[in-house]
Amino acid sequence: MKNFYKKFSERFIEGLLMISSTITSLTVVLIIFFLFKEGLGVFNKKPLEEGYAVVINRLNSVGKLNAEQIKNIYDQKINNWSELGGANDSIYLFRMEDISNYYTDEQIGENFEHLPDCLNSIVDSIKGVIAFFPEKYINKSFKGKQLEVDKVSLKEFFGGEEWFPTSQPVSQLGVKPLIYGTLWVSFGAILIALPLGLAAAIYLSEIAKGRVRRIMKPLIELLAGIPSVVYGFFGLVIIVPFIQQAFNLPVGETGLAGSIVLGIMALPTIITISEDAMRNTPRAMKEASLALGASKWQTIYKIVIPNSISGITAAAILGIGRAIGETMAVLMVTGNAAVIPTGILQPMRTIPATIAAELGEAPDGGLHYKALFALGCILFIITLLINLIVEFVSTNRKNTKH
Amino acid sequence: MYKLESKNVDFFYGTSQALKNINIAIHPNTVTALIGPSGCGKSTYLRLFNRMNDLIGNTKINGQVLIDGDDIYAKGVNVDSLRKKTGMVFQKPNPFPKTIFENVAYGLRVNGITDKKFIEERVETSIKQVVLWDEVKDKLKKSAFELSGGQQQRLCIARALAIQPSVILMDEPTSALDPISTAKIEELIYELKSKYTIVIVTHNMQQAGRVSDSTAFFYLGELIEYSATKELFTNPKIERTQNYITGRFG
Repeated sequence: MKNFYKKFSERFIEGLLMISSTITSLTVVLIIFFLFKEGLGVFNKKPLEEGYAVVINRLNSVGKLNAEQIKNIYDQKINNWSELGGANDSIYLFRMEDISNYYTDEQIGENFEHLPDCLNSIVDSIKGVIAFFPEKYINKSFKGKQLEVDKVSLKEFFGGEEWFPTSQPVSQLGVKPLIYGTLWVSFGAILIALPLGLAAAIYLSEIAKGRVRRIMKPLIELLAGIPSVVYGFFGLVIIVPFIQQAFNLPVGETGLAGSIVLGIMALPTIITISEDAMRNTPRAMKEASLALGASKWQTIYKIVIPNSISGITAAAILGIGRAIGETMAVLMVTGNAAVIPTGILQPMRTIPATIAAELGEAPDGGLHYKALFALGCILFIITLLINLIVEFVSTNRKNTKH
Repeated sequence: MYKLESKNVDFFYGTSQALKNINIAIHPNTVTALIGPSGCGKSTYLRLFNRMNDLIGNTKINGQVLIDGDDIYAKGVNVDSLRKKTGMVFQKPNPFPKTIFENVAYGLRVNGITDKKFIEERVETSIKQVVLWDEVKDKLKKSAFELSGGQQQRLCIARALAIQPSVILMDEPTSALDPISTAKIEELIYELKSKYTIVIVTHNMQQAGRVSDSTAFFYLGELIEYSATKELFTNPKIERTQNYITGRFG
């Protein structure tokens, strides 16, 4: 009886353990599924605000335009329909606020009840017209032609150079500035953190005496525990003004500020992992080097560093991973201008910062909302790649060790 | 003149005394075996001669350690260049994570030699000295980890020989090897004797008997007996030595 009870309780515990691990894995899979389902939805949407229409004269032979063409029309970079494959008519931009030039308030009516007719006659009478207004103003007698707008294309999404999801008439969903911003800030961070972190790791593992090490190591590990918003605050109050003064800039919120803050945040990861790798260098190997007359420093850079190079690589990659995914601190100090950066001293906007800043104002299920999820997918793929590289590097390391 | 000598040497790790008043004098071109139970101080004593104990913090030495009559613990001694006079072979084969060639060339490179031809020649002679050349000459560019344990240990000896030391310190060089590899190393020690002064720490009584000219028996940090190997093994003067070599303790 006792035996049965023991067996039963062991089964029960095993079952519990299995359930919890299953739930964890399922959650991860579900999150990824949800992320991609929402994110890929962006390619099923038109880059138009919902409920709005772009209309042209019915005699116009142009029937379909993409977001970039419409944007160029509104930016007056394209001024003639012939450039878009239509007749040789100059383009006439009609904006809703221009309506008072054509009709008096009385003609439009107190509650805009005549507005559809007014719009109808404007579109019908001007041959080169293009207008953008809510679909509800298109009535049954409407004589104009609704322009078809292409869905958001992969090329537009990844090749577009402007991120302006709330622009009218068409949203600009080019993720290039955000990807570039993320990469600039992250690589800037790693350029700062890697030499510093490596130097600290070498010092801690090879040079520092036991007591110094026992004090410094926990201090460095403590850095990892500080909330990122505190780092952001520190960056905003100390680093941003410093950069503004040092480089004589109009604003200090630049990619460099983000890089410095992220560099500091990546330091604990880089130091602890590469220090562990260096301390794993067999003592006998170091002694053999010293016994051959090599100096301490020669031993460090000819034996210790090459021997722990895969650990150092893993540390660097994980550091980059931390920098790429970081949100709050970057949002606070980089200035968040969605422009393709040409230098580290410009304001930049990263992918995570964009998601955090814009998700609150994006209507549920809309184009903007899906575009932000698509950004999340990009981020997920980047970090997944980084993790795969780490995995690859560290298994490689196990194989070369004897 | 003695090649190696220690006069009234005391050695401390922190407050615990590891060596007590050790006096040994070693003639050039001889093999000296250091024997004794674990923790008796024989490895510590061996590592005095290339100042390897310096790497451990909080140690203290009294007395004199001499190589060719010079006190190596005197002020102003350059430890890096001192270590070039001695080659060291460790308990486990510990090649560097480099190619076979670079392992042997390492000692030359860190000592500032850049002449490619010179390095190549020296590497070849060193590997030939340890009778490894025929086995590795076609794979000098391969990782040293691809060699067997015995080959790795001979490579480590070649690595030590490449900087042309006059003394070779061996810290239980065969304890991780199989009997055939061990025999090869012992044979090698016998041949190297004509050019080098060798000090070897070993746990293996038979090995000490086979390879060494004189033997020192350490016990609890003290030198119990030091004499010609034949005499120490056949006619020890002190009872404790007798007990140890016959296996009654330790």
